[in-house]
Parts: sequence; C-alpha cells; structure tokens
Amino acid sequence: MPDADRVDAVVVGAGPAGAAAALELARAGRSVVLLERGPFPGSKNVYGGVVYGRVLDAVLPNWWDEVPVERWVVRRSTMVMTPTQALSIDFRSEAWGSAPYNGMTTYRADFDRWLAGKAVDAGATLVTSTVATGLLRDEGGRVIGVRTDRADGELRADVVIACDGVNSFLAKEAGLLPRAEAKHYTLGVKEVLALPREVIDERFGVHGDQGVDIEMLGCTAGIPGGGFLYTNAETVSVGVVLSVTHLAEAKVRPEQIVADLKAHPAIFPYLRGATVKEYAAHLIPEGGYGAMPRLYADGLLIAGDAAGMTLAAGIWLEGVNFAIGSGLAAGRTAAAALAAGDPSAARLSAYPADLHRSFVLADHKRLRKAPEVILSERMQQRYPGLIADLMEGMFTVTNPEPKPGMAALLRRAAKRNGVSLRDLAADGLKLGRVFR
Amino acid sequence: MTARAGWRRGRAGRRAGRPTGPAGPVGGTPEPAATGPAPSSGPESGSGSGSGSAERFADLSFDDRMATVDFRVGERAHIVVDSDVCRSCTTRACVTACPANLFAVRSDGGILFNYEQCFECGTCYLVCNSEGALSWTYPDGGQGVVFHRG
Repeated sequence: MPDADRVDAVVVGAGPAGAAAALELARAGRSVVLLERGPFPGSKNVYGGVVYGRVLDAVLPNWWDEVPVERWVVRRSTMVMTPTQALSIDFRSEAWGSAPYNGMTTYRADFDRWLAGKAVDAGATLVTSTVATGLLRDEGGRVIGVRTDRADGELRADVVIACDGVNSFLAKEAGLLPRAEAKHYTLGVKEVLALPREVIDERFGVHGDQGVDIEMLGCTAGIPGGGFLYTNAETVSVGVVLSVTHLAEAKVRPEQIVADLKAHPAIFPYLRGATVKEYAAHLIPEGGYGAMPRLYADGLLIAGDAAGMTLAAGIWLEGVNFAIGSGLAAGRTAAAALAAGDPSAARLSAYPADLHRSFVLADHKRLRKAPEVILSERMQQRYPGLIADLMEGMFTVTNPEPKPGMAALLRRAAKRNGVSLRDLAADGLKLGRVFR
Repeated sequence: MTARAGWRRGRAGRRAGRPTGPAGPVGGTPEPAATGPAPSSGPESGSGSGSGSAERFADLSFDDRMATVDFRVGERAHIVVDSDVCRSCTTRACVTACPANLFAVRSDGGILFNYEQCFECGTCYLVCNSEGALSWTYPDGGQGVVFHRG
C-alpha cells in the first residue's frame, strides 16, 4: 500500500472502467489508488469478441500505434443457424483496416494491463493482488474509503469509484444494486484455440493484421443467447453467451453447448486441428438501461460492468468501450467534485447527466427495449429455423416440380417453425421500433 | 455444515504457472464429412446429453479443459456451501450451470463443492434459489483464477 493511508480517490478494479477513471483523476492532479484483486490488471477479465477503440481518442492520440491488438476486424459476419443449416450476412470494409480503425481483437490480459499502465503513467498508484472487502462510511453514511484484505488495509479517500465488475460487492453493499436478478445476466463461456497464423488467414479470408468477427444466433440449444467466433493473431476464440435463468432450467452443461457449436458444419471447418489453449467463463450484465443500478451515492460512483454498462442489443454487442466511456466520465465527475471540495451525492449526480450526453447512456437509452426482444422466445427458438427454412426453400431446385412462390415458402417456413404470420408482422414492427 | 471435498480426481489446476498447451486437438477425425458432422442436439431435437458430437469430434475431457486454466489456489475456501440447505433443493441449478462443474450431488442429497478451480463468475449464486445455501466472496488478493487470454 502507499505510505499515506489517505488519498483523494480510490478506484476499485483495474479493468477498463477503473483504469479510465484513475487516468482522469490522475490527469486532474489528484492522488488516486487503483486497486486490483488479481495479480495484474485483466487477469480476472474475459470478453466476447471486439473492442471498439474510438473511445480511446480521449485517452491518447494515435492510440492505435501502441494498443496491444491481436487483429483489426475488417470482416464482420452475422450467422443465423439451426443444427444443420446456416445463413451468413457477411460484410467487410477496407476502411476498417486502417487508422482510426473500427474494432480490434485483443487479450484482456494485454489490453487491460496497457490501459492501467496509462493511468500509472499519469500518476495513479496501482496496487494489485488486493481485494476491496468493504466500504468505510462515516456516521452519516457517506463513503469515506474502503477496507482491503491487506494488513492495516483501511484506505481513506474523499471519493470511491467502484469498478469492481459484474458481481460488484461494493455497489450491493452501498445499496445501489438491489439483489441481483438472474434474468438480467448471461454467462459467457469461451475457448481460445491455437492455429497457425497462415491457417487462420486462409480459412477466414484475411491477411496481415486483418481479423474477422462472426456472431451467431440459433446455436445455443434453445437457451436464449448467441455464439461468437473471432480471430486473434495466432489463435481463434469461440464461445457462447447463455441466459443464466434458462441455462439453470435447461439441464445442459455450458461447455457442451460450446462443443456442439465447434462441431457445427458451418463452424467446424474453421477450427479443424486447433488445440485448446484456455477455457474461460464470465458473467455479463445484459439487462441494459432498465436494469441499471443507481450510479452514485455520497462519496461513491460506480462504472463499467458494476453499473451494468454492457450493451447487448443483438446487432451491437459492446462492453469494453462502454466501460471505458463510463470510467472516464466517473473520473471527470470525481475530479470536479474534489476540486469543489464537495463529493456529496448532489454533486456526483452530474455523472449520469454526463453519461447521457455521451454515447454511454444515449445508446443504452435508445436501445433499452433491445435486450428483451433479442432474448425473446421467438427470436431465439423459432426465427433462426424459419429464416433457414425459407432460404433452403428458395435455393433448393425442386425439378420437375415448378418453383413455389415466395409467399408460399414463407407460409411454409413459418408454419414448420410454429410462427403465425401475425406474430411475424408484430415482431417486425417491434424490431423496427427498437432499432429505429 | 460446510461441504468441502476434492471429489474430482487428478486435479490439474494446482500449479501456478502459465498454462501450456496443447491440450488436445479439435476434431480427431481428419475428414469430418465422412463421419457426418451433424450436431446431436438443438432446439428441436431437445438437446440433453449431446455428448455424441463431442465424442465424434474428440473434444476435450473436462479435466483436460480445466487444465488449460491457471488457478492460484488459496488456503481459504471463498465459496462455502451449506449442504443442509441444499438437501431440500429441488432444482440443483448450480450442478449444471457452473461452467467449471464444481458442484456435485451427494448420495444423501447434499451438495459437494470444490472451490479450487472456480472462475469466480457468480453464476452459482445467481441461479441458487435457496436462501443461505451459498456464501460467496472473492478469493484473497492475487489468488484464484488468472486468465491470460480472456
């Protein structure tokens, strides 16, 4: 621990939210301790595919010259699947292959360590292998620091920023997060598989530092969620995201769903001969805008997954950028409150207002109905089959029978998958409203 | 009562070093077309065991899968299961949902739990519907799972 047992701010968790918050505080000239329970930043963290980097423009110019990237995503594919069929919508753009880029793949052990290093460079004190076990409060209930699991581990601060992740014990202790509801969470399960660089290039149709991200619907054994497959430099990562409540009811083990996805006829050719280098699992807060906790209290702010900031809106699946965006805003708000000598809840209420002006809560508010629609029963269990059957009907040549009309094919595919045309129209309208 | 036991044999996660692969190839069969790579499970077929495809494709054994993960095992069990509460549980959701497969049903209906290869994900306490059955904290600083490619 630092010599002084009192600092301006303590940030709990050196993931992207915490590193960003500590960076802003340090840049404002504040003394800040960044606590990390793992042996290094990123060691407890897992993500599912792509880090969208433009939020880093606020961290440093030309960040792309030094960020630890595996590959730059130039090809983005969305796959709708049944156990025996797959339809892909495949997009690629040369524009995504040069600065400022669009998305990157990375390892969190590298990326989070790099971003925390920026906070340290700016003057923050990083303390690893230390758990914040609770909040210190004064008689009025104001947060005045944290307890840690170190000897003499009390650390006093005028502001605490809890970036302690999806299970945030600090947000719960502060009463900001009511008892977690399982329905707002998904479980991500992932394997990282080694393949030679040239094999990845050939199979995915890329070269150099170009990468691919494939996101899938209909590959999770009827459990609401989805799948993903993306390229790193010399590995590929494959996994699924599963509704926790439905997983608990389904009596299917999560690694079995990954194994089935790896064996899918549309996925297996990408993975043949690959060896597993790391298996990982992590919870994801997917409740969105309506499930977020209160974001501040006297002396306390919360950011990142602790605040439920992951955006799970089907066609947009983003988390790390939202963590960074919320962390930067929390750090700015805390620095301004410290400058004013007033870290009260009233002063810290500037934080959500700041977030609403940025993409963080603007996107979440706009897409607040998306998680419910995306994880709905028809979207998850019926539409993948309907779409695949429609495509198979369109492209199967039935000679000597003449081609059936498109309307007949649609009716047939809908009926076979238990969808009424009225439901289909209603869901189309709903999707239009959600993504307007 | 606290239930703790190393019930899974051949634990590979005690070492603290960085994991070294390869742990096993995907697809032991060189020509997947010849074996008919139709997945064994899906929404319609009512997946359950689904182990068929895993065997066909020579997927990893669970112990080999867990052996790819770096765990720095602490002395203190950070999750404690009160098996007396579990005996009256009807769902046993933790047993199938835990991605590290750390929960097992005992012959007397209680639950055995092993904290050593825990991802610290929190799924077990989210799905647990028995108040007080699980007490959940993080491992001590620097201990527990360490992801290198997360």
